[in-house]
Amino acid sequence: MTVFGLRLPGMSSLILWALLWEVVGRSGLTFFIPPISEVFLTLFGIIGTPAFTKALTETGYAFIGGVAASIVIGIPVGILIGKNRLLDEMILPWVNIFLSAPLTALVPVLMVLFGFGMTSIVITTTLFAIWIIILNTRAGVMQINRSMVEMARSFGAKPLEAFFKIYFWAALPEILGGVRIGVIRAVKGVIIGQLLISIVGFGALFELYSSNFLMSHFWAVLIVLFGMAFSISEFLAYLERRVAYYAAKR
Amino acid sequence: MHQTNRSFDHLQEIVPPSAVSVRNVSKRYNDVEALRDLSLEFPRGQLTSLLGPSGCGKTTLLKIIAGLIKANSGDVEVNGVKVEGPGPDRAFVFQDFALLPWANVLRNVAFGLELRGVAKSEREAIAEKYIRNVGLTGFERSYPHELSGGMRQRVGLARALAVDAQVLLLDEPFSAVDEQNRRKFQEDMLALVQNEKKTFIFVTHSIEEAVYVSDQIAVLLPRPSRVSEVIRPTSFRNKDAVNIRRDPEYLDIIDRIWASLRNYVE
Repeated sequence: MTVFGLRLPGMSSLILWALLWEVVGRSGLTFFIPPISEVFLTLFGIIGTPAFTKALTETGYAFIGGVAASIVIGIPVGILIGKNRLLDEMILPWVNIFLSAPLTALVPVLMVLFGFGMTSIVITTTLFAIWIIILNTRAGVMQINRSMVEMARSFGAKPLEAFFKIYFWAALPEILGGVRIGVIRAVKGVIIGQLLISIVGFGALFELYSSNFLMSHFWAVLIVLFGMAFSISEFLAYLERRVAYYAAKR
Repeated sequence: MHQTNRSFDHLQEIVPPSAVSVRNVSKRYNDVEALRDLSLEFPRGQLTSLLGPSGCGKTTLLKIIAGLIKANSGDVEVNGVKVEGPGPDRAFVFQDFALLPWANVLRNVAFGLELRGVAKSEREAIAEKYIRNVGLTGFERSYPHELSGGMRQRVGLARALAVDAQVLLLDEPFSAVDEQNRRKFQEDMLALVQNEKKTFIFVTHSIEEAVYVSDQIAVLLPRPSRVSEVIRPTSFRNKDAVNIRRDPEYLDIIDRIWASLRNYVE
């Protein structure tokens, strides 16, 4: 964006919103919103404390576990149902149901099935992320040019080779789009899991801070979480742009 | 030679033995009969065009020879071996090029060899030779989206040549290439057929193109597709590229093919 001939770097508008936050916070309108400067001071104060490190590791573990499971299962399933009509008929309805289902309502069932520990949280995270990855991968595979498939066959590609050397790469723009949205959903999943299943990680910190009305602590942790989710999503968007040059010409 | 009777008066020269034989091939798509009892011989080391109006099943026939589509009945033999599927004795050039957009020219040309498990240094040396042969030297590190349509099809051609199959199957290779590039391409094809000593099967809907590049033209008529005649030009095949288009036989054959096809063009 250009203002008065000056080129502003991306997301400069955030400065305006931060200023507004500061003003509202200092006006003492509500205890719920402390000034943002105070939030950041608290943030620097709690980063590095054992409680914060513990929360970060626990959340990171569940998040990475869930996202990894979603990617490792989601992409092959997406490619398979994109290539096989019968599997598609069998699996696609479930994918669509789970994609739009209120997954939070399923969490108590998961607790019964998998207990109150980390397993349930990882599974919750996976359930939030995996469906959109499957659906996007499927869409990516289905738009692969027929002549590309024939090319693979006519030059004698074995099925596994075609899978890794052609279908995966040809569907990569859609796959990355799916993974990016999946990761954003996984953030939701991991926090919901930590709030509902067992009070650990950032979920526990949220619970602790909000029930004790430590609002600047609450916002500080939230900002850390937003920041991390945003960075991962931007990184994936960057990868997506790297392959965009061929997305239009497959 | 059991081609159509009408072609006998053009068989004054000795026709080389067949590299590819198509015998009594029929193909149905549900209710649509695409090919009916089609038989055709493709002489070794020569270029045969399959020419006909759109919907005449010429691409279907090419894909049956390639082993990409199964015929409902009849046989295809390549060097005496029955075709059961795609094989290393045939290489395909696609109408829309079918290049890997994420790979550079060198890897694309070497891709057929890569799928055959040829070691990297070896396949890249072979690929470089064919990149030179099709006139793309200096573009080894370019990506397909940086090339013009004509150059992309040169990549597709080099990839098919690199696997050193005896039979090259070309599915309307120049139809997505602009007119000037196409002319240059057609001239290059003549040299390629001379130098490569391979059997070329060439699908086109351009009469001029077919007559210009072919040793033998099979005219197909549609619904269901059958061979209406097989024409073997005699007088201009050995002339140089620029004089062919002025040869009286060249012009006569074009007129004759148009006369038989015009009724089938909507």
